[in-house]
Amino acid sequence: MREVDVSLITDAVKRMSMEANTRLGDDVIATYAACAEREESETGKSILEQLQRNAAISGETGLPLCQDTGVAVVFIELGQEVHLTGGELKEAVNEGVRRGYREGYLRKSIVADPLRRKNTGDNTPAVLHVDVVPGDKVKITIATKGGGSENMSGIKMLKPADGVEGVKDYVVERVREAGPNPCPPTIVGVGIGGTFEVAAILSKKALLRPLGKRHADPFYAALEEELLEKINRLGIGPMGLGGSTTSFDVKVEVHPCHIASLPVAVNIQCHSTRHLETEI
Amino acid sequence: MSDAIRLTTPLTDADVEKLKIGDRVILSGVLYTARDAAHARLVDLIEKGEELPFDPQGQVIYFVGPTPPPPGRVIGSAGPTTSYRMDSYSPILISKGLKGMIGKGKRSKEVVESMKEHKAVYFGATGGTGALISGCIKEAEVIAYEDLGPEAIRKLVVEDFPLIVVNDAHGGDLYEKGRALYAK
Repeated sequence: MREVDVSLITDAVKRMSMEANTRLGDDVIATYAACAEREESETGKSILEQLQRNAAISGETGLPLCQDTGVAVVFIELGQEVHLTGGELKEAVNEGVRRGYREGYLRKSIVADPLRRKNTGDNTPAVLHVDVVPGDKVKITIATKGGGSENMSGIKMLKPADGVEGVKDYVVERVREAGPNPCPPTIVGVGIGGTFEVAAILSKKALLRPLGKRHADPFYAALEEELLEKINRLGIGPMGLGGSTTSFDVKVEVHPCHIASLPVAVNIQCHSTRHLETEI
Repeated sequence: MSDAIRLTTPLTDADVEKLKIGDRVILSGVLYTARDAAHARLVDLIEKGEELPFDPQGQVIYFVGPTPPPPGRVIGSAGPTTSYRMDSYSPILISKGLKGMIGKGKRSKEVVESMKEHKAVYFGATGGTGALISGCIKEAEVIAYEDLGPEAIRKLVVEDFPLIVVNDAHGGDLYEKGRALYAK
């Protein structure tokens, strides 16, 4: 067994929650520039340029890229040879969020109860997904997910007979319905298969793959390409003001499922896609 | 693109009536911030016939919940939030004289009708550019509902806030028009 003190997890979550909110990935910056170049609408181009300026200002000043610094969604792949010491895993993650959101001057956007809605004041609790995997490492991924794009997500339990056409129709319909609301150009995460809850988690995990990187299975890689093309024909454009860049990318993840089922979940991510990973 | 129109708050009916969808506006002056929870409280006060923390006559509400100001700044990151969540509250504020709203995303038919009836306008700001917009905000002061944290009502003074008219007082909708131009 390898012993890992949970304070290392707290430190990593703190650092990453601050960094993710002020620095976009190189893939995202490159995508902004490439899309600004080929966007057909002048207004759309100007918005893509504003996104680039915003990223530069955020990097220079340390101000968050967006005021919605999100719910901290934390994925941990916990090696089964690891023995965690020094405290509870969940509390260690929450402490990292608490410190990062305080010290990074990030917004506290979590209410303690969905209906009584009192702000917890420290952006905790995080949403934590833990998978036990082979090995002796702890891989931590944090996605700080804004509410505006999350609200435009959806799930549908299709019939197997609906097939791939049913999946395409649902995904494109979700993006059409969302229109300007989720801060396009978006990234569209699609989870197909599994059960109701597995499809939803897959659609969120799909958003973690770097922009431009296709699914390893050529069948799904082709589906991603086709969906992206259909979505970009909708005309929604940057911030919904019309244009040829409605989404930067579509990511599909799949899972085996029941003979009676074909779940499909769509998790929409705004243009400010913020996530980081590290390994302890 | 046509030249931007410079406006200073408070806005008059004449200011609002000349605006058309797609117009770029550079806005300066006082804005009031409010989002979901603050709107619920404002509408509750109106329904009870009580006084509001600010008089909406001629004013502009910015749908924003900023990040806390780091040392040396008046406000943190401060871009627009999605506006439809305020749709059930906006018409009553418009009927009380509110002339403008700043946010992002679609408004309901009821809000659009109310803007036509009472002469008001809905501006879009660029979502996800809170660091950039923060530079336009020169003063910020919490004037009500401090307990709501990021959702408290703030009085802001802005200079040269770049906006685009999404819904005008004549029933126009830039989202519909823009999409139709580029749909294939």
